[in-house]
Amino acid sequence: MSLIDSLPRVGAPKLPRFDGLIPWIVPLAIILVWQLACATGFVSARVLPAPSDVALAGWKLLLSGELVRNIWVSFWRASIGFLIGGSIGFTLGLANGLSQLSSKLTDTTLQMVRNIPHLALIPLVILWFGIDESAKLFLVALGVFFPIYLNTLHGIRTVDPQLIEMGRIYGMTDGELFRRVIFPGALPSIFVGLRFALGIMWLTLIVAETIAASSGLGYMAMQAREFMLIDVVVLSILIYALLGKLADSASRALERLTLSWHPAFQKH
Amino acid sequence: MQEALRFHLSDADPLGRAEIIEQARFARRGARTASRGLSLTIRDLRKSFGDNEVLRGIDLHISAGQFVAIVGRSGCGKSTLLRLIAGLDTATAGSIDFGEEARAEDIRVMFQEPRLLPWARVLSNVEVGLGRERASADAQARAESALVEVGLGEKRGQWPAVLSGGQRQRVALARALVSRPRVLAFDEPLGALDALTRISMQRLLERVWHDQGFTAILVTHDVSEAVALADRVLVIEDGVIAHDIDVDIPRPRRRGSAQLAALEGSILKNLLQGTEDASDL
Repeated sequence: MSLIDSLPRVGAPKLPRFDGLIPWIVPLAIILVWQLACATGFVSARVLPAPSDVALAGWKLLLSGELVRNIWVSFWRASIGFLIGGSIGFTLGLANGLSQLSSKLTDTTLQMVRNIPHLALIPLVILWFGIDESAKLFLVALGVFFPIYLNTLHGIRTVDPQLIEMGRIYGMTDGELFRRVIFPGALPSIFVGLRFALGIMWLTLIVAETIAASSGLGYMAMQAREFMLIDVVVLSILIYALLGKLADSASRALERLTLSWHPAFQKH
Repeated sequence: MQEALRFHLSDADPLGRAEIIEQARFARRGARTASRGLSLTIRDLRKSFGDNEVLRGIDLHISAGQFVAIVGRSGCGKSTLLRLIAGLDTATAGSIDFGEEARAEDIRVMFQEPRLLPWARVLSNVEVGLGRERASADAQARAESALVEVGLGEKRGQWPAVLSGGQRQRVALARALVSRPRVLAFDEPLGALDALTRISMQRLLERVWHDQGFTAILVTHDVSEAVALADRVLVIEDGVIAHDIDVDIPRPRRRGSAQLAALEGSILKNLLQGTEDASDL
């Protein structure tokens, strides 16, 4: 029992039951203000439909099956593109981090390509692939590739050389050294790349779908624009926000799971 | 308050009690058991980095099981010598001979930094020390007993990040001990620790050396540490062994005794002779 314990606590008391809800207070408040602004006629429904109208539009699309189909198509494109671009980026990042030769051979080229905004390739990609699935997959894979590549490479290059020396002294084979020292050491940086890549994944996909597609969320939004269905446009935008948040939460959960040794993830 | 005090001391051993235990231990075991250590013969060892010749011909014989301390100013080449002995670098010329065929597991190094894997729990960090025997069935049991030996048995499931500096260094010691090495090289292993933890670590080093009978080579810049622990102190100056001093004081040695202080003083004087300005040190 110390003096500090007996002192009255300064600051707000803890409310553990509501802790998980705190991040949602601001989004809910925005929706509430928005609804009020629309209901009082402060904002015209032709500029911005009320949240209730957006929800209604969502409900109708859900019943017709259109919404689920479009989300599924977008989700599928995002995942496949991410897997292709991510695995190539990861593999090259590993290779260039571990091998001088591989790094000398490819790094300069990759750094040059990196400076081309990948969305600038859309006209070329349409000429190459048409508005086929492969066009979207190509763009997503390209966008995802660089953050994964760069951060994997950086992670491997910055593993503490003293730990690598330690591993060698204790007779680790190259495989063991990679598994027990290099890869876990690079993991925090790889996760940074993963989270960047997830952001770029959605961005690329949505842009690609609004420009050239016949299905998917971006296509749904563009179709709605043609018919002046502003509620559906807003609905699509809200779904992007939710999907983005979902991807971020998933990568955070994975981070917590694999980086439990890291002081930043330890609970006391 | 009481609790805080006890916590602090448990990390750095209450001095009085430890001393009594230590004396009892030495008394019980009597003379040192036959040494398992390797002897070491170094002939005309040289090492250059570019134009800079760091070691300029070291000739040295260390008998099996001896505790040798190497002292010298920073940059004198003492750490280079240790890295050569441990096989971390290759010599420019000369030879190091261990008397018999030494396996990789027979020679271990402990650094100033603990170099623990932050993503492995304490026990698996110790298992790393088994080298190629990691896969054997008794690996875990051996790692556990090494942890108990350094007094950290109950920390086996912790992450290194939650340990104190002294505890991490003890885990590093357990990792070095677990393969039962025959030569253990210490590169200023206590340099980064506070004074109390340092003294308890010195006791621990002396104890494991006494129990396991390996040949110990300790590089340190702390002359009092050298005379407290070693059978023999080598002073290196400008890449050669300038002085070779036998420490003929019976163990267990009392820290702060007049004998140790006198020896420490004379070694410091030797070290200082090289320079006109004593305040340089």
